[in-house]
Amino acid sequence: MFLEFFYLLREIGLKVTLNQWMTLMEAMDKDLAGSSLTRFYYLCRSVLVTSESDYDKLDVAFSQYFAGIESSEDLPEKFWEWLKQDEREKDINDKEVMDDFLLELDELLKRFKDRIENQKEKHDGGNKWIGTGGTSTQGRGGYNPRGIRTGGESRHRTAVQIAGERKFSDFRDDTIIDIRQFQMAFRKLRQYSSRVDAQKTELDVDQTIDKTCDNGGRLELVYEKPRKNTVKVLLLMDSDGSMLRFSHLCNQLFQALRKSNHFKDLQVYYFHNCIYDKLYKTPRCRIGEWVDTQWVFSKLDSEYKVIFVGDAAMAPSELFRKGGNVVVGLYNDELGIDWLGKFKRRFKKQIWLNPIPKNRWEHMYGATTCEEIRKLFPMFELSLGGLEQGIKKLLVK
Amino acid sequence: MKEMKLFRGSEDYVATEELMNAVNVAIALKKPLLIKGEPGTGKTMLAQSISDALGKKLIVWSIKSTTKAHDGLYVYDTVQRLYDSQFGEGDVADIRQYIKLGKLGEAFTAEEQVVLLIDEIDKADLEFPNDLLWELDKMEFYVNETKETIKTKHRPIVIITSNAEKELPDAFLRRCIFHYIEFPDEEKMREIIRVHYGDLDQKLVDKSVEAFYKLREMDDVQKKPSTSELLDWIQALMISGVEIDDLSEKMPFVGVLLKKNQDIDVMKEIKTKGYSLRNW
Repeated sequence: MFLEFFYLLREIGLKVTLNQWMTLMEAMDKDLAGSSLTRFYYLCRSVLVTSESDYDKLDVAFSQYFAGIESSEDLPEKFWEWLKQDEREKDINDKEVMDDFLLELDELLKRFKDRIENQKEKHDGGNKWIGTGGTSTQGRGGYNPRGIRTGGESRHRTAVQIAGERKFSDFRDDTIIDIRQFQMAFRKLRQYSSRVDAQKTELDVDQTIDKTCDNGGRLELVYEKPRKNTVKVLLLMDSDGSMLRFSHLCNQLFQALRKSNHFKDLQVYYFHNCIYDKLYKTPRCRIGEWVDTQWVFSKLDSEYKVIFVGDAAMAPSELFRKGGNVVVGLYNDELGIDWLGKFKRRFKKQIWLNPIPKNRWEHMYGATTCEEIRKLFPMFELSLGGLEQGIKKLLVK
Repeated sequence: MKEMKLFRGSEDYVATEELMNAVNVAIALKKPLLIKGEPGTGKTMLAQSISDALGKKLIVWSIKSTTKAHDGLYVYDTVQRLYDSQFGEGDVADIRQYIKLGKLGEAFTAEEQVVLLIDEIDKADLEFPNDLLWELDKMEFYVNETKETIKTKHRPIVIITSNAEKELPDAFLRRCIFHYIEFPDEEKMREIIRVHYGDLDQKLVDKSVEAFYKLREMDDVQKKPSTSELLDWIQALMISGVEIDDLSEKMPFVGVLLKKNQDIDVMKEIKTKGYSLRNW
């Protein structure tokens, strides 16, 4: 039954599983769609779609599959076998076609204006004047499939129209790597310790037994501090310029880190190509919205795990020359490479994540600088696998 | 099917057609209903409304970041049992005494069908939804200590809400009926206001709704005010009886609508200068 629709959905990228499909069948058996295509559409949306970002895919598939089906008579034969005819709700489409059914919008608007001028009183339930509940092309809450709605709730829309509106196209995100996968990877970035400031809330069974025995069998409970993750992270992201094309990937990494609430602390700063004496507070990297790199050094202790994210591709002068800073109006006395060296000395663990695939590092634009930076920091590609390797590196004692 | 009660919204809750459909589908298919949407779109209220409309008891399980899936089933109070054995109180041999059912357990064992709200499931640990798969699917769980299986007498109507702080695992999502509550448009908003405060001064409603949507459309505002904030604001306006002719320029009691300091600063700047560069 309707298997073409199932495959169309999958083709469009909505990953409907067989189980979900069977649920839909069950729902149809229970007559949950009634006999209306609109309710069938909402049923599909509830059962087959698992995220608002996928609503749009359903809309696309739906308007494609049921395209041209303006009235219920056009429904495929099989569909009718399904829908029980006896319980049909008042259908909007199967009434007589009116003479002005195919009016174009301009014509409709013209008539609308005409009628406003000619109509002098409130009018409900007829077939010509503007009012509510009638079959005229004009008014609201009426039963003409094509017409002008004059404000108010639209009571009857065909499913194809609703799907055709594609209201949810904004939510669409064709994510290649799920944030969730990144998050799962970040979960591995933890070092537990009970040397944290916390209340003793966990029952220490071994100690309790010992103490109770010492006590001659009288119960004495011993509590311990819960073990907490002590990992602190400093995230430094290259933003702007050549990184723009990776912004989606970087954004996901950022989201995943932000949402991983198991870190003791997470600090995020941004830079443009290379790090000099300032670190920006926002990804827009605007002059003035920054902190001194030196201040970051003094504020954060050496336990912070530093994760650089950047393509490491720049003009060699940006690393090796005074005043190499590409941002107009900024001058650096110290070389970029020296600043990076300071990071290496200041913090115990650092990694560099590069959104460019590893096999291109030696041949891309910026291969020289990439090479230099790789001498300083272990570099991994920004993919699930790369991230996992990098995290291992961060955790080595 | 005929005798099944259908959810049609309730007196103090405005539900869209789609939402009502989703609720009824979930009830008929006996699957959990997952509700997502912006904060303040009435996700939590929905469960209350369903329970009112269908005349069923509501059990709320609010999820926190520390909540474990097991907490919802039952807790075995070891310490109490140890103490009791020490002082010879209670029947220590009867482990059942020390098994305290969680919210989920409570819903499973209820004598009548109940509405179970699992509120803000995304607050919990990443693995949390996966840990509940079996229990929500089969509606039963096994108590290790007593070697008993607790089964539902009447399958509860399960409503799960999520603020989309974390993504939920696919396996979990596929078992749910999903619905996304859109932020209400102006017309729906008026209806919501009417449901809450009855017939208000039309001018007050017009002006406040206008100012509210204007505020929401400002890019400079980071945390957009939601329905509940608008309702509070209207109440504040009513009680104080301030002049409402130039509401959207003056924005009195803006602290009710905006909760972030930065946003309030931005508003102040807009008020005095007519524009703001703060978030640039």
